[in-house]
Amino acid sequence: MNGGADTAAAHDLVACHTCGLVSRYPTVRSALRCPRCRTALHARIPRSLSRTWAFVVAAMLLYLPANLLPIMHVTSFGSRRSDTIFSGVEYLMLNGMWPLALIVFVASILVPVLKILILIFLLVSVQLRSRSRPMDRLRLYRFTEFVGRWSMVDVFVVTVLVALIDLGQVAQVEAGGGALLFAGVVVLTMLAARTFDPRLIWDNAEPADAESTTY
Amino acid sequence: MITAPLALGITAMILFVLSNVFPLLDFGLHGRHDVTYLLAGIHQLFVQDRPILAGVVLFTTVLAPMLHISLLIYVFVPLALGRRPPAFVSALRMVQGVLPWSMLEIFLLGVLVAGVKLAENATIVPGLAAWSLGLLVIVLAAAATQVDPRRLWEQAS
Repeated sequence: MNGGADTAAAHDLVACHTCGLVSRYPTVRSALRCPRCRTALHARIPRSLSRTWAFVVAAMLLYLPANLLPIMHVTSFGSRRSDTIFSGVEYLMLNGMWPLALIVFVASILVPVLKILILIFLLVSVQLRSRSRPMDRLRLYRFTEFVGRWSMVDVFVVTVLVALIDLGQVAQVEAGGGALLFAGVVVLTMLAARTFDPRLIWDNAEPADAESTTY
Repeated sequence: MITAPLALGITAMILFVLSNVFPLLDFGLHGRHDVTYLLAGIHQLFVQDRPILAGVVLFTTVLAPMLHISLLIYVFVPLALGRRPPAFVSALRMVQGVLPWSMLEIFLLGVLVAGVKLAENATIVPGLAAWSLGLLVIVLAAAATQVDPRRLWEQAS
């Protein structure tokens, strides 16, 4: 970790990913385990960048079909209607349910795109050894980690609606192919955020930036 | 001695059972009634030949929260009695692994959105499970503030 911020790794210290215990990193670096919880110890998550890229690319591949294919089909009084993620938001908006439309728009449409873009930005900035604004990049990372799960809301809406089956001809709801793909995008971006090691951001940061940072 | 995390864990378990046993929404239209349950929704996804989707929902709304709450009780019952829980370290590791996948608060928002969508054409009454789910989300948030992972890890070592 040359030329970067004053990191624990530079002092041969390593924190456990699971329990947070800080251990001294011996010179023999293979098969090392945390003395407290037996988790494998790594100064940085192994192959963090390539694994995160793999999850991000997979999420991008699913993203378009997840939004184009219907997440559910509603049959009521003989007429059949298909809903995509977007038409679901549109429906809430046209019916004047603005606050809810806004929440679903942010959770289902804005957040998945933002998450993928932010992860790509973080990956590229680390690979280019960027030294600019590490604290702001860390904030972006925390945002994606915190907000990502909320995109599952549309999948849960479908689950609640398909359970209404006793009404027979009056209304019947079926899950569409988009629902699974959309759940896939959410899970893949969650995995991408978890394999990205935010400490990589600091490895290229100016020592001065690290010193002026307050937590 | 009952500790705060233990009390919250037991409360959470009771609310979790209620949330799965009682209906989420009561749907009335032209004198007919229908109710939706969480487990019925997951079952219906299976029936509609969406097993992976059903599995994802089952894990994030039933299995992960159940494991989380069970582990809370498993760890804090012995601790309240002044004993060390068996396999303490494994239990703590499992809690940390399962926590990000427990999505009850997001599911609650999903129930709300589904209810509002249906309210356009029918009379919707929130069922007992909707209320218990709301309380459960609050209780789990309270438990998160009462449980100090750092202290637990120190006790485990």
